Amino acid sequence: MADAGLYERIKAYEGRSAVTGGEGRDPVNSPMIRHWCEALGHPVPADGSAPATMLQVWTMAGLPGHGDRSGPYDELLGALDAAGFTAVVATDCEQEYLRPLRPGDRIAFDAVIESVSPPKATKLGTGYFITTRMDLRCAAEPVGTHRFRILKYAPVHRKAPAKRPRPVVNRDNAGFWDGVSRRELLIQRCTHCATPRFPWLPGCDRCGGQEWDTVRASGSGTVYSYVVMHHPPFPAFDPPYAVVLVELAEGVRMVANVTGVPCDKVRIGMPVELEFTGVDSELTLPVFRAKEEV
Amino acid sequence: MRAGDELAPLRIPITRTLIVAGAIATRDYQDVHHDAEAARAKGSPDIFMNILTTNGLVGRYIAERLGPAAELRKVAIRLGVPNYPDGEMELSGRVTSMGTDADGETAVIEVTGANALGQHVTGQVTIRLPRGGGHEPARS
Ligand SMILES: [Zn+2]
Repeated sequence: MADAGLYERIKAYEGRSAVTGGEGRDPVNSPMIRHWCEALGHPVPADGSAPATMLQVWTMAGLPGHGDRSGPYDELLGALDAAGFTAVVATDCEQEYLRPLRPGDRIAFDAVIESVSPPKATKLGTGYFITTRMDLRCAAEPVGTHRFRILKYAPVHRKAPAKRPRPVVNRDNAGFWDGVSRRELLIQRCTHCATPRFPWLPGCDRCGGQEWDTVRASGSGTVYSYVVMHHPPFPAFDPPYAVVLVELAEGVRMVANVTGVPCDKVRIGMPVELEFTGVDSELTLPVFRAKEEV
Repeated sequence: MRAGDELAPLRIPITRTLIVAGAIATRDYQDVHHDAEAARAKGSPDIFMNILTTNGLVGRYIAERLGPAAELRKVAIRLGVPNYPDGEMELSGRVTSMGTDADGETAVIEVTGANALGQHVTGQVTIRLPRGGGHEPARS
């Protein structure tokens, strides 16, 4: 979690200048227009003008960097760098074109920091959205505006593949997980009224009886219901994947993954067969394999 | 052209070359757009297209479908999932409203660019058509 003091400090940059008296490194010119059109597969304007969506290109500092940025924007980015928000990605671009730009036009520009967002959790990592607005001129004539939003974020480093979450094993369900480790799926059965139950619970939900024994599931079942998970992605899971609620032959239902079938081909009523999958050296899980159609 | 008209889609192969050439042609030397190792160190699986190239491809789509007489007035885009190498992006567009201003007829076109991961770009493009143009979207 980012510290609250940081947000106070960076929010204070709203309204301050990002660029004062910026000048394009090169005037609008035919070689850059042609190179850009070649790279993007864009038709070359017959009248020699620059494609409008090149607007920002004329303001880019290029490889040497941005010597013409004023202090506040650098300070803002520097404060975020220092706090670990070292990476940047552009998210939005809004441009207005007041007239076509032609070779020879010398572009000047000023930019202001419009807004700094509170910290946001994103897929890339937690970060801050910074919006700047740039006004472009040619001599005194306004030629366009350019609003730009970046996410300045703390990158999530790729670690060793995440481990699948461990089951919570307690006194009430330890027998189930002992069974799984022996590749047996055990269902509880009330010794008072003989009702099978799953998941494991201390008492019978039908008669309240406290005594129970176990039945080893035959392993056949059918898909009672399912969902396909797309979002959000969890560590160790690779969406999209199907999660099925299987009705076992013994009459209880359990949630599990399904194998041997693409997630978009899972159907209610599909026959499935229990198997066990070794997730890693410490964890075995019951899953269900779709049975071949007969 | 009228509201509801669809522009023919445009499929663009997203090659490593396009990503790198687009970054350099737009003078964007951020390493995540040309250096795969640096991109991975920043949490991305590979290099990815920069926003200036995406913006230019939206402009290209309009230019290819509507011809040079359609003058861009505004382009507002938002990026979603990245364009990584070896993918394909399909741009599609739909006219959402028509209007006029002092210089002629205007149209707002909603543009979407989707790749295998989802929507890479969504946005609105405002164009001005020449007066009395009777302009029709190019078919292809
Ligand atoms: Zn009972």
